[in-house]
Amino acid sequence: MPLSAHELLQEVLKTDRARILSSLIRTCGGDFDLAGEALHDAVVAATIQWPQRGMPEAPDAWLLQTARHKAIDAIRRDQRKREKLEELGYTARLQQEEEDVTPIPDDMLRLIFTCCHPALNEEARLALTLRTVVGLPTIEIARAFLVSEPTMAQRLVRAKKKIREAGIPYRVPERSEMPERLEAVLLAIYLVFNEGYSASSGEHVVRGELCAHAIHIGRVLAELMPHEGETLGLLSLMLLQDSRRRARMSEDGDLVLLQDQNRGLWNREQIDEGLRLCREARATPSSAVYGIQAAIAAEHARAASPEDTDWEQIMRLYAELLRVCPTPVVALNHAVAAAMVRGAEEALPLVNKLAEDLDGYGPFHAARADLCRTTGRWREAEDAYRRAIALATNDPERRFLEGRLQEVRSVYLH
Amino acid sequence: MQYLLLIYEDEKAIQERDEENRNKIFGEYRAFTASVREAGQFVAADALQPTTTATSVRVRDGKTITTDGPFAETKEQLGGFYLIEANDLDEAIATASRIPSARLGTIEVRPIWAFD
Repeated sequence: MPLSAHELLQEVLKTDRARILSSLIRTCGGDFDLAGEALHDAVVAATIQWPQRGMPEAPDAWLLQTARHKAIDAIRRDQRKREKLEELGYTARLQQEEEDVTPIPDDMLRLIFTCCHPALNEEARLALTLRTVVGLPTIEIARAFLVSEPTMAQRLVRAKKKIREAGIPYRVPERSEMPERLEAVLLAIYLVFNEGYSASSGEHVVRGELCAHAIHIGRVLAELMPHEGETLGLLSLMLLQDSRRRARMSEDGDLVLLQDQNRGLWNREQIDEGLRLCREARATPSSAVYGIQAAIAAEHARAASPEDTDWEQIMRLYAELLRVCPTPVVALNHAVAAAMVRGAEEALPLVNKLAEDLDGYGPFHAARADLCRTTGRWREAEDAYRRAIALATNDPERRFLEGRLQEVRSVYLH
Repeated sequence: MQYLLLIYEDEKAIQERDEENRNKIFGEYRAFTASVREAGQFVAADALQPTTTATSVRVRDGKTITTDGPFAETKEQLGGFYLIEANDLDEAIATASRIPSARLGTIEVRPIWAFD
């Protein structure tokens, strides 16, 4: 059955909106608002014209070309904009490009790199990326980050204003700038993913849609930059973590630890893709933090049962990660892996050493509590669980820790 | 001797100023600039865009670290300035990162206000 005009339009927007928008922003001289409004006008035109005059053969090209006309109209209406853009030769370029209506892949990269420019603050980068690259409505982004719609709208306005007024260019960074710039892009994508994977507050551990959006952007980036080990590493890491989503929460909405998860619920398709990407990433010379973390996630994904987990290898990988990223949190994970290999008794001093740095970090107290519990230090375990509960950021995590606290108390109270 | 006269003011108050007041202060500035020129004292002057357009640049271990926002530390003090031409912020950041003090302190990059 052929698609109706409305369905076709939705389909095109779903698959091509970001590509069309990224191309428009370039031809509009980096003006996000002008491009956004032009695309919006083109979509309105499509809803009227497609059902009446029949559907275009190449709907994406139709939208891009119509949006370009709308942009030219808007520039002509606005004298100030006209002077500025004409000076830069943009109106001429907009008209010239009418012939060529295929969005070029570099435009997507321009869009991603501009939205994640390090001169924008982290919140602005995430918001702008979700708004323009994913096309998420402002209200949904606001919901995802637990702020009001006006607050999020304000954040987007400010980000676009900074782009315009500080002169952040719409282009792919040069080779010499690439390491810092790519790092900012990868971090933004991973933060979106994490926001969905372990919601920083509220009652749901998982806001899966954000994960799916992050994976989508990661996929686009990995396709555009297939030789960058870290883009492959990040995509692999996200796929492997996301593959466990269904197993991470019980039917009652409780958090299920990796060792207790029903591995039959893991998404095999995502695991297979993640493992393949991990191998590719690790084979590149540019593989670094994301590649290593993907390799750690891959070790868990490969294990058919918790007992099959190669903790020796995981400990080695954390040691490798610690060398390139020497942070207390990585040191904590290394110590936890060491506990699996060499026993809790040997790992506890490693964890205790981090007490000062990680005092405000819930997972530190949870890990320490577990080691104290395993080694029979009941009172210390109780205190540590209480600290972890006080610092827990979502309800399922809190319930899980409270369960553990009761266990510990029942052992030494009886 | 040459002296740099740095102008500090509450940005929020400037933004909230009404048209009449704004024009009044504008006029005062024009008169002041004219008097400085007349006295042969004038070297250069510009208005800066607000701190919302600021970007801070540091170089540590050979890596350029770019952050949103103005310079906000209190233990380092203003020690000099360069007024440069650049096509865009990336070019300005690249130049800023080559200032020797970028390795030791911070360079704040602020666009100049272009009056039209």
